[in-house]
Amino acid sequence: MPAPPQGVSAAEFAAALRKFETAVGEQWVFKSDEDVALYRDAYSPERDEPTERLASAAVAPVTVEQVQQVVRAANEHKIPLYPISTGKNLGYGGSAPILSGSVVVDLKRMNRILAVDAGRCQAVVEPGVSYFDLYRYIQERDLEVWIDTPDPGWGSVVGNALDHGVGYTYGQYRDHFGSHCGMEVVLPSGDLMRTGMAALANDASWADYKYGYGPYVAGLFGQANFGIVTKMGFWLLPRPEAYRRGTVSVPKRRDIVALVEHVNYLENLGLIGMPGFRSPLGFAQAREPELRALVAKPGGPSDEELDRFAESKGLPSWSVELQFYGPEKTIAGSWDYVQQRIGASIPGARFEEGVAYRFPLTAAQQAEVQRVHRLVDIGVPNMSIFAIAGGRTAQNPDSADGGQFYFAPMIPRTGEAILEANRVLGQAYRDAGLPYNQYFSAPACWHYRAFIMITSLPVSRLDPEINRRSRAAFRAIAQVAAEHGWGEYRSPPFGVDLVASAYSFNDFALRRFCETLKDAVDPNGIIAAGRGGIWPKHLRGSRA
Amino acid sequence: MRTKWLPALTLVCLAGASAARAQPVERDALLTQGKQVYDYWCLPCHGPGLGLPGFNALPGTQQLQIKYRGTSISPLLEERTDLVPVFVKTIVRQGVSFMPQFRKTEISDAELEAMAAYLARTRPPAR
Repeated sequence: MPAPPQGVSAAEFAAALRKFETAVGEQWVFKSDEDVALYRDAYSPERDEPTERLASAAVAPVTVEQVQQVVRAANEHKIPLYPISTGKNLGYGGSAPILSGSVVVDLKRMNRILAVDAGRCQAVVEPGVSYFDLYRYIQERDLEVWIDTPDPGWGSVVGNALDHGVGYTYGQYRDHFGSHCGMEVVLPSGDLMRTGMAALANDASWADYKYGYGPYVAGLFGQANFGIVTKMGFWLLPRPEAYRRGTVSVPKRRDIVALVEHVNYLENLGLIGMPGFRSPLGFAQAREPELRALVAKPGGPSDEELDRFAESKGLPSWSVELQFYGPEKTIAGSWDYVQQRIGASIPGARFEEGVAYRFPLTAAQQAEVQRVHRLVDIGVPNMSIFAIAGGRTAQNPDSADGGQFYFAPMIPRTGEAILEANRVLGQAYRDAGLPYNQYFSAPACWHYRAFIMITSLPVSRLDPEINRRSRAAFRAIAQVAAEHGWGEYRSPPFGVDLVASAYSFNDFALRRFCETLKDAVDPNGIIAAGRGGIWPKHLRGSRA
Repeated sequence: MRTKWLPALTLVCLAGASAARAQPVERDALLTQGKQVYDYWCLPCHGPGLGLPGFNALPGTQQLQIKYRGTSISPLLEERTDLVPVFVKTIVRQGVSFMPQFRKTEISDAELEAMAAYLARTRPPAR
């Protein structure tokens, strides 16, 4: 028998576990130490420390009715629950709860693809469906739709959306919560609710229209704890006729300001998918000792010094890879337009043709995409991103360690903001004793109306000191970011209160409102305590 | 490392003797199931093929290339002839490096048994 959650008697816990077993079957309630250990966060930066967030047990329903029974039993016995979908949100908690002692509600077995309508470009799925699953379903039926996938293909379509996860194609699709349409939720009472058009008794338009009638409450179920989502509708892309890439490079450091304005214009008009900003000058640091010396000099280099170095080596200061999806002639025209527009505006701008394909791809073309680009750019889920998740490297070939979590502040989508964030975050990282590519870091553009200055921080299975250093750095840098108006869009479990605390306008009015909702909707505080920085009343005193 | 796994090897040799007595049809079904589990859960990281641009292999394969550098051990798990089921099962349930452990809702004990048997299928019989 596992230890009960804090504040729950052994008898109450045992009674609840028996009810869970009645609901889902004995073999789907995990109580042994060995089984519960499988719910540890594999990338926990608190591993083996007293604060590591550990489940007390896990329960794995396979139907909505079973989820309702579990929630009702938990309410009766005041058992904290923590729902996971596929449990692969690595870097953001994985399969572990935020509140230790919670019973994980593992929804992996709820893995039905309920509908894919290629004509209406939509799907309805359960939480256990991975991007791999949905992609295979579509491929096997040769449906002319695409999914927008995040980097790790084994993640849950539902779970990723609920954590505001992201992908790589057009903005309206790569915002995965934004591309959802209609959801079904088991409320903390055990009641079942649907949102949008799914709330109609006849849900014929589940994934056609988000808002239905009345308030749009679906947003309450992302990064929050007002219920357990059991189905979601999603909008899919029509399979485009063609794809092409092109790279724009600009010579001077401050050209990033105009370059971002142009790219924003293209994206806001729906002409491009996710842009990929880089600093070719920054990549040259490894092979250019003169540049390293310039960067390391006291006070740092001036823009003019960096420009002179870039010019001497024929290197651009910045570049952006642009992706175009659509009719072949249309996207060729878009690329021509990009060259005319930016060429007339930024002196010295250069343009390089990338790959260009018609779909479906031949095997050779798919291999080419994999060799020179990323399969996620064309909606193909895979696992390649784990190549940069730590582990053995040429420099450290005997490391048996790996994993990471992320510091991901949102900054304005301007070139000025990139330069400012690099200056401020560079200093903050230096103060924290961690490396940061201060002059050359480029933003991620996943959420298409803002930049994410994401960095990874290492975690260790073996060395708690690495974890302590990473946690301390996260706290220090998040504080600096908040002072500059940059809040994170996502958080590892240990950081939820810190991240939420940055959203402090009017004496934390947002948090107070969420807590009012929490108390009304989940008076026993059983669902996902701490998620989104929202705690039930009886645990608010322990907020970090 | 080798010493550490000796007791496990002994156990597996005994288990292998039992598996070897299984009816051929049952064993074929087990290995078929094992390959299906492997293809679904392991291949995306441990298969052949390219990884991210700049990496010459998928993440799991690339890690094992580095681990077994300078040896004749294949970085592709399906080509290995030295894998023993208990080792496979331990890695799957405990994780290693950046590979997380897998829960029983993902890979059940029976599926793991089949997958481990599949990866150990070419191991020379115990003497």
